[in-house]
Amino acid sequence: MRRTLPIFGVLAVLLVAIAVANPYFLELPGFLAFVKRAAPLAILAAGQYFVIVSGEFDLSVGSLVTAEVVIAARLIDGDPGATWPVIALLLVLGALIGLVNGAVTTLLRVPSFITTLGMMLILAGAVFLWTGGAPRGALTEEFRTFGRGGLGPVPWSVLILLAVVTAVVLLMRADFGRTLVATGDNPGAAALSGVRVPRAKTIAFVLSGLSAAVCAILLGGFAGVSAQVGQGLEFQAITAVVLGGVVLGGGRGSVVAAIAGAFTLEALFTLLNLYGISGALESAVQGVILIAAIALGSLTLPAWAARARTTNATTHTTPDPTHAKG
Amino acid sequence: MTQELRTPVPKTPTWRGLRDVGADSPARPVYLSLLALTVFAWILFLTDGGQFFSQVNTVGILQRSAALGIVAVGQTLVILAGSLDLSVAFLISLVSLVAAETMADYGVLPAIGAVLAVSALVGLVNGLVITRLKVHAFIATLGISLIIKGVLDHRYDGPAGSVPESFQRLGYDRIGPVPVSALLWAAIAFAAWFLLRRTPLGYRIYAVGGDPEVARLSGVRTDRVVVAAHVLCALCAGMAGLLLAARLGAGAPTVGSDGGYDLESIAAVVLGGTALAGGRGGVAGTVGGVLLLAVLDSVFNQLEINSFAKDVVRGLVLVAALAIYARRRLAR
Amino acid sequence: MGLVLRMTGIGKSFPGARVLSGVDLEVAAGEVHALIGENGAGKSTLMKILAGVHTPDEGTIEIDGRALAFGHPLDAQRAGVSIIYQELTLLPERTVAENVFLGREPVRRGLVDRETMERTTAELLASLGEDSFGPRDLVRRLSVAQQQVVEIVKALSVDARIVVMDEPTAALAEHEVELLYRLVRRLRERGIAVLYISHRLREIFDLADRVTVLKDGVKVATEPIDRITTADLVRLMVGRELTDYYPPRAQRPPGDVLLSVRGGGNDRLDGIDLELRAGEIVGLAGLQGAGRTELVKALFGAEPFTRGEMTPRRPRSVRDGIAAGIGLVTEDRKSEGLALHQSVRDNALLVARAGKGRAGGAVLDLLQRVRLAPPRPEQEVRHLSGGNQQKVVLAKWLTVAPRVLLFDEPTRGVDVGAKAVIHELVRELADGGMAVLMVSSELPELIGMSDRILVLRDGRIAGHLPAGATEEAVMELAAGS
Repeated sequence: MRRTLPIFGVLAVLLVAIAVANPYFLELPGFLAFVKRAAPLAILAAGQYFVIVSGEFDLSVGSLVTAEVVIAARLIDGDPGATWPVIALLLVLGALIGLVNGAVTTLLRVPSFITTLGMMLILAGAVFLWTGGAPRGALTEEFRTFGRGGLGPVPWSVLILLAVVTAVVLLMRADFGRTLVATGDNPGAAALSGVRVPRAKTIAFVLSGLSAAVCAILLGGFAGVSAQVGQGLEFQAITAVVLGGVVLGGGRGSVVAAIAGAFTLEALFTLLNLYGISGALESAVQGVILIAAIALGSLTLPAWAARARTTNATTHTTPDPTHAKG
Repeated sequence: MTQELRTPVPKTPTWRGLRDVGADSPARPVYLSLLALTVFAWILFLTDGGQFFSQVNTVGILQRSAALGIVAVGQTLVILAGSLDLSVAFLISLVSLVAAETMADYGVLPAIGAVLAVSALVGLVNGLVITRLKVHAFIATLGISLIIKGVLDHRYDGPAGSVPESFQRLGYDRIGPVPVSALLWAAIAFAAWFLLRRTPLGYRIYAVGGDPEVARLSGVRTDRVVVAAHVLCALCAGMAGLLLAARLGAGAPTVGSDGGYDLESIAAVVLGGTALAGGRGGVAGTVGGVLLLAVLDSVFNQLEINSFAKDVVRGLVLVAALAIYARRRLAR
Repeated sequence: MGLVLRMTGIGKSFPGARVLSGVDLEVAAGEVHALIGENGAGKSTLMKILAGVHTPDEGTIEIDGRALAFGHPLDAQRAGVSIIYQELTLLPERTVAENVFLGREPVRRGLVDRETMERTTAELLASLGEDSFGPRDLVRRLSVAQQQVVEIVKALSVDARIVVMDEPTAALAEHEVELLYRLVRRLRERGIAVLYISHRLREIFDLADRVTVLKDGVKVATEPIDRITTADLVRLMVGRELTDYYPPRAQRPPGDVLLSVRGGGNDRLDGIDLELRAGEIVGLAGLQGAGRTELVKALFGAEPFTRGEMTPRRPRSVRDGIAAGIGLVTEDRKSEGLALHQSVRDNALLVARAGKGRAGGAVLDLLQRVRLAPPRPEQEVRHLSGGNQQKVVLAKWLTVAPRVLLFDEPTRGVDVGAKAVIHELVRELADGGMAVLMVSSELPELIGMSDRILVLRDGRIAGHLPAGATEEAVMELAAGS
């Protein structure tokens, strides 16, 4: 957990800065509105976390989100009765796409970067092939209420986010989560300990696909139907996860920090808006923060700091004495 | 000693120049596929009453693939070195604008100079962030690409600058039947091939990508090699940006990202048999990969298939190809 | 012949550990100088300092009387230091010549002079009497022994003044060792200084002119080889007599047969017959490459037998093996045993979690059972010493209470103190009714621990020996003389 502390510090600073610029943020509705905006990315980041911590990438989630929203609009087409069956279908589809990603990566041994890049192309092409180039149909109010409405003062998306966070935290504490991280750290050792490595990784992809489905349901309601709804989300999700201190390559980092990474990104965007920095520069700031955060995390600490932390250091690699010795 | 020295330099059967497509070469499958696909396309065009090898069609294929081809050559260098560059798409947009605006004010040569300087700088920053700040290449180049995007979004709403007629000819002119853009691509590809095959830097790119620790223990200054590869990759992206500016007659802030040059160039490289992890493969395979994608497009056009289907098939081809390569590696 | 290498007062610390202090070492031209010491004595660190990989905290190095600058392996290389690492440092996807000249390709008019590169490589190969491969062959097509020849050619091609060899026979088959001896002698004839690191005492007596012994990071002796005996060396290395080193053997006759194989085989093994009984420790001996690791992995299901009878049912996968009550403590903790960035707890529970459910009680009890001190379940295992890491691996298996436990080199990279604890633990497990099969390259350990010994040769069982067999008897069976 120590590795996760920096991101919470950064997030706290950003939240304070937002509150200073906009005191409404300190009131419950203001804060909930912020959480509501952050929820889709946070959920997507949670899903991406499973894949990254297992040592893989999922680049297909952006396309998947778009595909899911477009499919929902076309299938529901304004018919309230179709809402629930379609939601079920979206979840199944998300899981299925994850299953395919996982199977191709683990069984056919295609690097996940390529597998999910291929899936990204396939999904983007297939959906528009099916709808003839532009989104058609419409979502119902029932469907959109998940992204827009709420239970009393609390938005549904906040409740859904809470449910997701609870679920993923429990999952990471359970045997599955612990073995998944060990698998990402050292697949060979995990396999020789009886871990079914392909299965564990495939489940991670399935969870990522499911998270994309949930994200799509929220975004469809929140932002409406468009062909761009999921654009670039895969990179945002990876950015969030990495900002949270999760290491590309697997085996290190916590899911809570990954979700905090998503909130940090959203807080950053909010702050930039508040201070009137054009939406255009948003991505530039995002890029700087991304590089700076990772660079600061990976730079070797000065010797005095390293000594003070030898027993519990986690953010940097100390030379390993057992390895260095003969 | 003299007697021992008589041992001949061994008789490896392959003629050197063929090493790139020889039995041992990672580039071989892509050329076999390209050949098969070309034959298929040729028959398809015949039955459709067309001619695959018509000048219009082949020139079209070459012209369409030149920009991606140039970027992919650069991408090959960084991937071989064990890195990757996601910033090429926005860099292309940026330099197209730099080119068009500088040309409008100062003329062609200064513009080319400015483009190369900007590209080299971006490549240098990519390389330094990766090697000095120890940021994973994926994150580093993604970050740089976001920064470039921010600058573009901030300064431009649409196409800007203008490219003089004389320079636009780079985009469309032909020398004999061959488009100038394809010649440029061929020259860049050849230069990169030569770099990899004949220069110390090329040898070290393979070494660093193959195993950075081995390279370091052998005295290779690995950081410099990675930085150099990134600078060269960015220069290639810069050339592609120039080419696209010539085509459009102006600079455009979305020309790179709309073309998907970042991920497509990576796709072309791995289609060509270069290992995503580095150290194995080469430019020849990449050229094959780009041509394969282009012929595929041409087939789609002939069949008048919806452009969205192209994406689907591209995705399938990419994954299938990599699955086959993985099997071949396992079988050995 | 003059002095080539002079290291004076070398000292080095890593966070939390002083690895070397005040080490002096001199090697003359045309001398084969052996450097020995137990695991953790500092041999590899000393070598890496010479190679320019590590910078020493104090001390100086002179090559041919000139001070060596520290900083980059390139500086050491330019000064004439050439290192042949234990793990070969070759690029599989490149040719022999490209590997030989890696990092210092000959250049003519800015271009790599491939002809010179290939010609020189061919000449050097020929001068070593190697004609089984050529400069243009891809390294991945070569055998391990051939790759070692490439390493030596690489060393020769830099006009090395001193060649350092780190455990060069570790990966070689017996007949290949002879070839290596020949190569080393050729280097000596050329007036090159050779620093030969090994823990195989016989090689040292075969090859070396002088020997330096390191113990706990300090030089304890440098002696001409003809003025020293094996017993002296062992005493110097270990600092105590080798007796009383091992726990007492089984007090009771062995119990039921817990595992038996008849005619087991796969592509590396053939005609394997063996029985493991409750309460006994069976030692598995054999030369490098005889198939010892392959055998334990076959019994475990990681590289299964493809033929033969086995009770319990022949495992087809690791999970089969675990389900049948078999556990494997792998040879290489770092690559096969542990997830280094995870906590002690997560590693210890990995097998149980991967299986049907949790077993084995509280983690703290478990850690106390394997005498992990201090037992801190939340510590990351990469911060533990080799001995403590091995205890965590052991704990991992105890959670599922296997009936048969296979150990592959259980004390490799483990310091002397922890070694004794691990030996006691293994014996306790056997006394508690487990069947134990133990692979070890250290014959004294194998003989000291085992209730009986199986010897493998070329993937077959070459013979059985009773407890207390002599080293000579084991070697005779293993080498098949």
